[in-house]
Amino acid sequence: MRPPPVNDASSAWAQGGPERLYVITGGRSASGRRADLDLVTLVVTRAMARPEMQPEHAAILRMCDYPLSMAEITAYLRLPFSVVAVLVSDLLRDSFVEVRAAVRAGGTSDPELLKAVMYGLQRL
Amino acid sequence: MGSRGSEPAIGPAHENTLPASVTAAVKIVVVGGFGVGKTTLVGSVSEIRPLRTEETMTEASVGVDDVRGVEQKGATTVAMDFGRISINEELVLYLFGTPGQQRFWFLWTGLFEGALGAVVLVDTRRLEASFDVIGRLEDGGVPFIVAVNVFPDSPTHPLDEVRAALDLPAAVPIVACDARSRASSRDTLLALMRYLYWLSTRSAAPVAACAATE
Repeated sequence: MRPPPVNDASSAWAQGGPERLYVITGGRSASGRRADLDLVTLVVTRAMARPEMQPEHAAILRMCDYPLSMAEITAYLRLPFSVVAVLVSDLLRDSFVEVRAAVRAGGTSDPELLKAVMYGLQRL
Repeated sequence: MGSRGSEPAIGPAHENTLPASVTAAVKIVVVGGFGVGKTTLVGSVSEIRPLRTEETMTEASVGVDDVRGVEQKGATTVAMDFGRISINEELVLYLFGTPGQQRFWFLWTGLFEGALGAVVLVDTRRLEASFDVIGRLEDGGVPFIVAVNVFPDSPTHPLDEVRAALDLPAAVPIVACDARSRASSRDTLLALMRYLYWLSTRSAAPVAACAATE
């Protein structure tokens, strides 16, 4: 992966324009992304960030010392979901993070799961 | 906070972190038109201030059906606000407020496929905006209830009238809701959960289904 340029201060860059997003992911999109990452997949850090890491990778490792959903990571990084999915896939491949899979279709109609959610809501 | 060296901390404030014991997450989608109160409802019940997730929609994903108000050249950003409710030590629920246009639904992988179900939030002043949403959820097999958000200046319609106007199937619950109220928003989510529970147990006991239909 090529590192992001250091001195690019264009507004498109600062605002997360297409150029910046392209550089963050090294131009990869679907090819560099695990298909099973969902908005509510929980990400947990397993290894410390390294100084030579891309800043976005390091930021994910720092914020996921406790479980954090993909959706929350995108919100805190202010990056599109598709870009964060590529970054988390990188970290998964190199075993820096683990993911706790979202409960997917099929599992979502389990009466025991639904009952647990009901009890939880009743306590609000 | 501030215990991680000189780097500015990006991420949740300490009080907004989940316990390490959380192993699974589920989601409910709140669908509705612009200004119908999706983010208000999410914010009323969320344990965190609603956050925003974005996706870029490239020209490749713009097309097919026409959506006015969406810039069609280059990349367009579409946003969803979401909140979170810790259910127990192992389970967390996320609530996503998403626009009614179907084109947005495909931007986020598995937004509906992995959801428990959906709440269609309706404004009686703009009921027609909900027809398409309901049809698409039915087509997609996504279980949903309808919640009528009661605005101070909304004309008051009996729920039966709204049900008839929306041509809702008899089994689909419809409830009145004040999205600004935590208790009312919670009760709306509970109405969805009771319906989902009924659906899940009904399919397991088909003989009892007829008797259970109210």
